[in-house]
Amino acid sequence: MANNKQTDVIFGLYNDEEDLLRAVKAAKKDHLDIYDVYSPFPVHGLDPILELEESRLHQAGFIYGAIGTLTAFLGMSWIFTKDWPNIFGGKPYWSVPAFIPITFEMTVLFSAIGMTVTFYIINGLGPGVVNTYLDDRITDDKFCIAFDKSAVSAERAESFFKSTGASEVNSKTI
Amino acid sequence: MSAVVSPLRRPLITGNKTYHQITEDLISPTEKTPTKAWVIGFVLSVAVLTFGIFCIIWTIWVGIGSWNLNRTINWSWDITNFVWWIGIGHAGTLISAILLLFRQKWRTGVNRAAEAMTIFAVMCAGLFPLIHMGRIWLAMFIMPYPNTRGPLWPNFNSPLLWDVFAISTYLTVSLLFWYTGLVPDFATVRDRAKGLRKKIYNTLSFGWTGSAKHWQRWESLSLVLAGLSTPLVLSVHTIVSFDFATSVIPGWHTTIFPPYFVAGAIFSGFAMVLTLMIITRKLLKLEDYITIEHIESMNKVILLTGTIVGVAYLTELFIAWYSGYVYEQFAFFNRALGPYWWSYFGMMFCNVVSPQFFWKKSWRRNITLTFFLSIVVNIGMWFERFVIIATTLARDYLPSSWSLYSPSWVEIGIYVGTFGLFFTAFLIFVRVAPVVAVAEVKAILKSSGDQYIGDNATHGHGHKHHSEHSDTH
Repeated sequence: MANNKQTDVIFGLYNDEEDLLRAVKAAKKDHLDIYDVYSPFPVHGLDPILELEESRLHQAGFIYGAIGTLTAFLGMSWIFTKDWPNIFGGKPYWSVPAFIPITFEMTVLFSAIGMTVTFYIINGLGPGVVNTYLDDRITDDKFCIAFDKSAVSAERAESFFKSTGASEVNSKTI
Repeated sequence: MSAVVSPLRRPLITGNKTYHQITEDLISPTEKTPTKAWVIGFVLSVAVLTFGIFCIIWTIWVGIGSWNLNRTINWSWDITNFVWWIGIGHAGTLISAILLLFRQKWRTGVNRAAEAMTIFAVMCAGLFPLIHMGRIWLAMFIMPYPNTRGPLWPNFNSPLLWDVFAISTYLTVSLLFWYTGLVPDFATVRDRAKGLRKKIYNTLSFGWTGSAKHWQRWESLSLVLAGLSTPLVLSVHTIVSFDFATSVIPGWHTTIFPPYFVAGAIFSGFAMVLTLMIITRKLLKLEDYITIEHIESMNKVILLTGTIVGVAYLTELFIAWYSGYVYEQFAFFNRALGPYWWSYFGMMFCNVVSPQFFWKKSWRRNITLTFFLSIVVNIGMWFERFVIIATTLARDYLPSSWSLYSPSWVEIGIYVGTFGLFFTAFLIFVRVAPVVAVAEVKAILKSSGDQYIGDNATHGHGHKHHSEHSDTH
């Protein structure tokens, strides 16, 4: 999430995701409080080690989809039974089979839009959002572990980075 | 994607790449000045697009009478082109979504460009329902909104309206899926850029940082969008087939249309992806990322779906005979031997015969043959839609209504103009965004790069992760 206050971080860059995974495991073993981990692509095996909670995005997606289903189905049902019933091709007013395609499409539409917008909001991302980046090479080929200096002292962090094989160590305020 | 890869798999990334090299190879086309080939292609596309826009304005100004439609053949080139473009669009979603669900790593070489192709194809397709209305300034009437006309609602029982919802949903969801995947790649471009370019890509990349939690949610979102897009692909072309299947016309009113149309859509879509990718990989020097393995895999899909389409044609013929229903029998008699027999045989040859070449492995892996056949397939699929729509309408129940049709210059111009729109958009895409999914290719490097797997492996295969993190969560 985007931070409102400034945080002093000390971070180390690794050249390979294997090194990153080993380092994160070592940090967890030493009970070091990790501020965040950054990578150029999703590293498999990282989330359980970091003990990241499973994302509830798909539960949200389900709810949005259900809202779409109800909106479409109840809307069409009301329109064609109460508001302005018409006889189309001799079919009954409440022609459920004919409602299915639009109901399905609206389910998918609401779910997709809802989930995507939620995704950007909860991540603090969006057009025009400006974040301070720790290093430009993180989106290229470097993997990064960052510690909050107020949680882990700089010396502790530096010795940790040295022992786990970080190629560089730097500090930044974000 | 699963962590362990069989040693029998062929490498999907060749050239012994490192992560940095992947970034360089895939991002640098957006940083260099356009090549002569790009400029020539762009100028041509814009010229053709301009002519197409002129023809569209002519249609709206002069009226649908500037088309050669008549009361009998009231749909032909307009709806043929609509279905053709929508069919082409389906490959992108299939490659992104269905292949993600099936954990096929080879999708990462082609998914970004294929998804872009989907969006541009759907834009081209969407033009036709709009301009064929005649009174396009009343287009809002198809939307269910409270109005002062009753309120008058659109007919939710009509497949034509189902199409409106289906195509709009398809365009929106494809756009969201494509852009979600692009955000991390735009971040990569941003971090290499300076000045105004950096500002532009900062806006486009939405502030992406690469944080682990963001990646986790990104994978979750991608997976659910893939899960949503898969039934969407199937439903959209099914609903398009309902435009015909729910009618009473012999040759249209048949339950085989939904699977037949969907298979045909995937068939023509993959052919178009191949046509584009073979050119793109050559011009942007991406042969290490869009390898022969990718081309062969796509040819296998073309073989499968082409065979399904062929079986559907034969089934239609069989059932027409077996049903004993004279009007259905005549419909097929007319298709093969009537005034449009040439389009029927074109369709049969291009769609049934040509994909069968891909049974032979060396032909599947032959780029020239693939390129040629991909164009043949697309021509064949255009003929298929023309056969279904125009030739069937030309000879339906009442002989006194029988008529003939050939396109006017306006209709031809609009169709050609959609190619202009498609290629203009695609060329802009190639300039502005990485054509291959950078982050996703990096993610498969360890399992599918040629230094890890295949004949030239130096690092040895079988890269086990310590914890089995499957990306179904």
